Amino acid sequence: MAESVVRLEGIRKAYNVGTPVEFEVLHGIDLALERGEFCAVMGPSGSGKSTLLNIVGLLDRATSGRLFIQGQETSGLDDARLTHLRGHSIGFVFQYHYLISAFTALENIILPLLAEHEFVNAEIRRRAATLLDSVGLTPWSEHLANNLSGGQQQRVAIARAMVMDPALVLADEPTGNLDSKSADEVFDLMRKVNRERGTAFLFVTHNLHLAQRCDRVIQVIDGRIQDG
Amino acid sequence: MKDWLPFEWIVGLRFLREGRMQTLFIVGGISVGVAVIVFMSALLAGMQANFIRRVLNTQAHIVLVPKPEATRALRRDGSEIEAAIIQQPTQRIRAIDQWQKIMETVGNMRDVVEISPMASGSALAVRGEVSRAINLAGIDTGKYYRIVKLPDNLVLGHARLGGTDIVIGKELASDLGLTVGDKLRIGTAAGGDAIQTVIGIFDVGNRGANQRNTYVTLRTAQSLLGMTGGVTSIDVTVKDIYAAEDIARRIGMLTGVEADSWIQNNAQFFAAVQAQTTANISIRFFVGLSVAFGIASVLVVSVVQRSKEIGILRATGTTRGQILRVFLLQGAILGLIGSGVGSAAGAFAISLWHSYARNADGTPMFLLVIEPALFIASAVLATITGLLAAVAPAVRASRLDPVVAIRG
Repeated sequence: MAESVVRLEGIRKAYNVGTPVEFEVLHGIDLALERGEFCAVMGPSGSGKSTLLNIVGLLDRATSGRLFIQGQETSGLDDARLTHLRGHSIGFVFQYHYLISAFTALENIILPLLAEHEFVNAEIRRRAATLLDSVGLTPWSEHLANNLSGGQQQRVAIARAMVMDPALVLADEPTGNLDSKSADEVFDLMRKVNRERGTAFLFVTHNLHLAQRCDRVIQVIDGRIQDG
Repeated sequence: MKDWLPFEWIVGLRFLREGRMQTLFIVGGISVGVAVIVFMSALLAGMQANFIRRVLNTQAHIVLVPKPEATRALRRDGSEIEAAIIQQPTQRIRAIDQWQKIMETVGNMRDVVEISPMASGSALAVRGEVSRAINLAGIDTGKYYRIVKLPDNLVLGHARLGGTDIVIGKELASDLGLTVGDKLRIGTAAGGDAIQTVIGIFDVGNRGANQRNTYVTLRTAQSLLGMTGGVTSIDVTVKDIYAAEDIARRIGMLTGVEADSWIQNNAQFFAAVQAQTTANISIRFFVGLSVAFGIASVLVVSVVQRSKEIGILRATGTTRGQILRVFLLQGAILGLIGSGVGSAAGAFAISLWHSYARNADGTPMFLLVIEPALFIASAVLATITGLLAAVAPAVRASRLDPVVAIRG
């Protein structure tokens, strides 16, 4: 059987551990995501969706439990190894786009590769340009991030998430800040990437219409998962 | 994005370029600080060089003289002093014992540049009914002029001394109504008496020296002062004038003669020079400190403003070390650019000041000392200051928790 792209076993996350105000946000999450799977995560605000995504994205550490990324157990890794694994295996798309405003659309896509290889070269430029083209933004390649519309910025963010060819993309309400037309376009783009490249997506959304178009929907309610 | 620039440079430069108003203001602040440092340093270096030049214009760095004569107390049985009052002896003019040997020893020292013997003593210059007490210095012109640049200070005539020639100062010439070619009678307490021809008149910028100092050949002075073949002092110049005191001490130990450095002979002046130097260092330190705080505050604000972007960079694979270097680099770049602009502004200001600040006699108030080393030192110091000032903000940026940073 093929190894899951991501597997969570009994993941718990608590804040203010050891203090009188300790509270647990995730109560033993078990989840596995296979290659090419497009999974929607739904749930009310404060249910622990973003915390779950941060832990899966290696941005935050679980209080207990085990997390495997492409078969590698991550709890024992130091910050440098986590950064390396995150850079190579996981792409991020956030609700508020979060492009680096000092750089153009094309340069924003180049940045993860630049951080990895230290210098830009023709191959890196070509790869970034191809991705920008695949999200339909070649004419805007030299525009600074701030000069793009919300939908365009989100498409650049998707291209940036794909530039390291990750096995998993974590999308935290990427359409939440867009009008319905742009939201559909962004979702279609993610779906296209998912199908063409076999990239697994964990897609947090409040949009039921979009969630219904995913392969699988999970509900996070009060820090526990309920498969939909 | 330049292919030859590494990641940290590209991101650091872009951040600086994007916050151009902030960058402009802090570069302005650093430039003013560096300009003040360059201006103050060049001004004080010029003034000190000028003062030292004036002081050392008429004297050697080290003068070797015989040890002063001292009276030995009479002791009974080798311990108890017999006489209650001990009168100090008079200090007659004495020649340095074995002076040729001492010249050879001192001349071979690594720190010594030039060495010249001198026979000097008090004399009376007489012309008609007018007489003046003078200091008669007998010199070996070939050696002495390499130590004291007397020919450079001549206002009339020349300084190529022959056996019956004398070079005198401007004030003495005026007092005795002398000019080049006139005769002057010299008499000494040792019974020496000679008629000398004035061949040159000097002005060393010091009224006392112009009035009192006269120069004849070594042989003439020896004859007039009654010390055939002897010298009363040996003048020495050294490579490092500020090490003169140290070298004088070594010469004293090595030769047994008394060695007085220009620092010892001009203690008050040297104390003033030291005080100036200390004040300059203090000013540099505090200006540097304010520049460092300026850079640090701008970068702290930048880290806060860019916390989301730092979080995104971290999320997309940028390491803590890379983030640290991005901000350290910004500090260093700010320091370097500021020092470049500041050095140019400082050099311009000091040149302007130099062209306007004049002494009463119209000569420049100070020497214009603009050394490339000063600019290199300023650039290096400002860059290091920028780097150090950036440490705290850079560490803060590198330690930002991506989750907290992205959430804002």
